[in-house]
Amino acid sequence: MSAPFPTRKDEAYRYADFDALKAIWDALPAPERILIAAQQNVQQVWLPSADEVQVRNVEVAVEPHASCTIFALNTASTYGRIALDVTLAENSNFALHAANIGGGDSTLEIVTTVRHLAPAATSRQTVRSVLGGKATGSYVGKVAVARDAQRTDSEQSVKAMLLDRGATANCKPELEIFADDVKCAHGASVGELDPAQLFYAESRGLDPAAARALLLEGFIAGLWDDVADEAQREQIAATARSALRVIA
Amino acid sequence: MLQIENLHATVADKPILNGLTLNVPAGEIHAIMGPNGAGKSTLAYVLGGRPGYEVTQGSVAFDGRDLLAMVPHERAAAGLFLGFQYPVEIPGVSSLQFVREALNTQRRARGEPDLSGADFIKLARAQATELGMDPDMLKRPVNVGFSGGEKKRAEMVQMGIIQPRLAILDETDSGLDIDALRIVAAGINRIMRAPDKAVLLITHYQRLLDHVKPDRVHVLSRGKIVRSGGPELAHELEREGYVEAAA
Repeated sequence: MSAPFPTRKDEAYRYADFDALKAIWDALPAPERILIAAQQNVQQVWLPSADEVQVRNVEVAVEPHASCTIFALNTASTYGRIALDVTLAENSNFALHAANIGGGDSTLEIVTTVRHLAPAATSRQTVRSVLGGKATGSYVGKVAVARDAQRTDSEQSVKAMLLDRGATANCKPELEIFADDVKCAHGASVGELDPAQLFYAESRGLDPAAARALLLEGFIAGLWDDVADEAQREQIAATARSALRVIA
Repeated sequence: MLQIENLHATVADKPILNGLTLNVPAGEIHAIMGPNGAGKSTLAYVLGGRPGYEVTQGSVAFDGRDLLAMVPHERAAAGLFLGFQYPVEIPGVSSLQFVREALNTQRRARGEPDLSGADFIKLARAQATELGMDPDMLKRPVNVGFSGGEKKRAEMVQMGIIQPRLAILDETDSGLDIDALRIVAAGINRIMRAPDKAVLLITHYQRLLDHVKPDRVHVLSRGKIVRSGGPELAHELEREGYVEAAA
């Protein structure tokens, strides 16, 4: 990528793994561009590859009355970054359902900017992070509402589950609003597995690792429910389940 | 089947059980009654192996095996079922998935093959129907949004699917109206009344014992059994209260 190498002062790179990024920076392709034409309804399912470092920069433009839904699973073993820059036209919709799942020393981040440029667009972002070992999982999400974008309806729901003392979660929703008739909701929480739930599951016969994996599946439940294609839905759910089993 | 010998246990370093001795033979249902704070739930949790419930002295044998040496899921695989006073909610995990994984993990631990999906669904639906629960409720997340009574029924559905050899039922009657109490009691009798099974019923009230006839009734007070008797003891307790009966 020809852009200058970022620094920590760049909000979008605040939690990045700079060593991993440096190694691939020059080879990074220009951001992928996705245009959703007016009235179109598009879903994409992004599965992780086997690469230790995976960086994905995507710009999405959603035209009037169009809808874009992205399902993303971020599980790279060293560094996984999904960066999205979304612009929304009048009456358009954008939804992101994403999970960071990692252990070891991995750094996983989902960085989004959603620009509501015109009236009556909606955006929904649901991000779940499950982090074991010394992993770091972050969500940095900016919602920018332009002066003309009245009746904007935006929501960010961010939850993280930490399995070990060394794991870290960062949740940073950010709002920049220049219109006055808008609804921008955001919620963030960081927690750990509930010992009462674990004991209940174990008392029914599940061994501790199976009990943890099941509770974690429950934690991310619902993320993939809206994937329209059944084979794709099962594939992303199964990939997420295997990632959870590894760290549970 | 269950032999508890001079059991002492603490919770957060506070002694709760103080030399409890109890023997429940196969084929019998025993009731443990006692006032609040006597140690009833602590006994249930100690038998289930809940972390934080520390055994400081004594022994518990289940079919001659040292129960206290096993971790909770090994106790379950050995045939122990703990019915919770407050069944736990698990969001995002359906009851069907939860119980199926639990049952199949137990079966594997005993060297038995997994139950197929179709056979499991059939079994689960049958048990739910027996307990007057809409089988579709099993598709919902474990206990989430259930009323107190529904949770207790759901516990009995799980017990019916798992078919344990020894059930420790901690206040399974609390939160039930009269009709639900009858159904749950019929479930306990149907699932657990057998020559090779046993039940320890922990309860405050005699009313459950009108429907599930105990072979023995024990009074627990300050962490030990202070009286034992036949089913008539429950009536005496109901009439005279724990203070009189334990004196």
